[in-house]
Amino acid sequence: MTERIPRPNPIDARPWTFYALAMLFLFYMLFLYGPMLVIYTLSFQGPNGGVTFPLTGVSFEWFRDVWRPGQMANIPVAFSRSLTLASAVCTITVVISLAGGLAFRRPFPGAGAVFYLVISSLVMPGLLVGFGIGLGFQFLGLQPDLFTSALGAQLTWTLPFGLLGMFAVVNRFNRTWEEAATDLGATPLQRLRHVTVPILLPGIFGVALSAFTLSYDEYARTTLTVGAHNTLPLEIYALISSATTPMLFALGTLTTAVSFLLIGITLVVVLQMQRRRREWASRS
Amino acid sequence: MDPLYEVELAAVTKRYGSSIAVDSISLRVPKAGYCCLLGPSGCGKTSTLRMIAGHEGITEGDVLIDGRNVTDLPPSARGTAMMFQNYALFPHLNCLDNVAFGPRMRGERKVERHRRAREFLDLVQMSDYATRFPGQLSGGQQQRIALARALIMRPRVLLLDEPLSALDPFLRVRMREELKRLQRELKIAFVHVTHAQDEAMALADLMVVMDRGKICQIGAPVEVFERPTSAFVARFIGGHNVLPWKDKLIAVRTDQCVIDRPGAAPGLAGRVSTVEYQGPTIRVGLKTSAGLEAAVVLRDHVFKERPLSTGDEVILSWPEACAHRLAA
Repeated sequence: MTERIPRPNPIDARPWTFYALAMLFLFYMLFLYGPMLVIYTLSFQGPNGGVTFPLTGVSFEWFRDVWRPGQMANIPVAFSRSLTLASAVCTITVVISLAGGLAFRRPFPGAGAVFYLVISSLVMPGLLVGFGIGLGFQFLGLQPDLFTSALGAQLTWTLPFGLLGMFAVVNRFNRTWEEAATDLGATPLQRLRHVTVPILLPGIFGVALSAFTLSYDEYARTTLTVGAHNTLPLEIYALISSATTPMLFALGTLTTAVSFLLIGITLVVVLQMQRRRREWASRS
Repeated sequence: MDPLYEVELAAVTKRYGSSIAVDSISLRVPKAGYCCLLGPSGCGKTSTLRMIAGHEGITEGDVLIDGRNVTDLPPSARGTAMMFQNYALFPHLNCLDNVAFGPRMRGERKVERHRRAREFLDLVQMSDYATRFPGQLSGGQQQRIALARALIMRPRVLLLDEPLSALDPFLRVRMREELKRLQRELKIAFVHVTHAQDEAMALADLMVVMDRGKICQIGAPVEVFERPTSAFVARFIGGHNVLPWKDKLIAVRTDQCVIDRPGAAPGLAGRVSTVEYQGPTIRVGLKTSAGLEAAVVLRDHVFKERPLSTGDEVILSWPEACAHRLAA
């Protein structure tokens, strides 16, 4: 009597390429998150420790250091400057790219040319764009500043991304919703307010978030257009090239935390909106 | 003076560039009439409907509603309301707010518009679904909400764009009855676009068969079915054989044709190509010796007396009075 040994069916077995690609992915993850984990860990370095291992203790010393206006840099002020600039860039980007996304649904004379003009600003080297804007301001005898030249320079970067994002958002929008609204007596403004924007809102949030983060860590275009006051990325860069202490790592940990906080808040807002809809539903 | 007709189209034409979608159509829909625009896809029926609604510009001609020329008026000023093919319910509003959307745009107060919206939800038997969102409804339920949302505008004319095509066959028949009931109760005109002839025949007082931007035939369904005027109409509404007979083209109903053995009677010789069992009837498909397709629908007891099978040689004939001459 022979005993049957269950064997895996060769058809169900994974090919060797699965393991090869899985390894590749693993290395990618290591490459992506390894250095970050090192930075997060080292940001808790003891007061007498340096920028490399070993840890000489665990402290929040370097986080405290971030908030102290130093000789080289004033992180809190630069941070708030970055936040206000990013908010402005984000608002302008959303308004213009939503209008653009809606406009591009219908062909208009020169649509192709306008589209390529917008997209070409993605291809242009950021440093040169910033340089050109800086030169232009000097030529006109204007003082470069956060909310003039820097704002404009960042918009050359966030607007094309915003528009591309909005294309994807608007693409899923069914025009008959607008026709139905018109049929029910809505004026164009009412249609936008009560139908188009509410339906597109989750996508608009996504575009806003990406515009905000693009602005928040923009360096190349901002460096030559910002004028006398630095944004956070410029301040960090100045720090890296002068003094290196674990304070930089603490800063990295904090900015990462801010990004995640932002994503978290957006997520909560969107979920809240959905829940409120449902609650309205159960109340009435 | 009260005009006789609710909707009148006078030589309405729609051109897209050089192609012509609707070619000088004239049509009158009586008060409280149920009109079906019937035709294959691309025949211009939907364009015609959208021109009545005002969602599509009219290249030439006029549209009159209740005797008033509305050609240049926006959709909401015409006294029409439209039900869209995929209903176009607003996904971010619940059923009650979807129905109350029109009154809300007119600035009606919340209490008032919700009270009225509930009345219309009642009318379409959807009161229990007031707080549901469109995404939580079945196709048939969505359609009822779309109906209520259009009817709350108190239109003189309800325009329906393929309203039943997204439903399964069973639901389609039920919603068909529902549409007819609503139209009778509300006593308003319905203009209904469809490509299904059974739908048009079941619903319409006035059936308009269209092809390539033109009207082929207008009449009550029974007139169109019993006296199709062209080969296209006879073929499109179904149930007819279109055959050349004594140098003329004729249409004869498949259920009025007779099958005999060869030599038994004068008629067209042919060969049985298909036999389809349909319950109460059996449909026998033929190929004539000239290579034309024809069919005969036999009652099941008739078929049982003289069964046929594929390949049998037969003669196809019909009572002379049943044949209708067609314009080629």
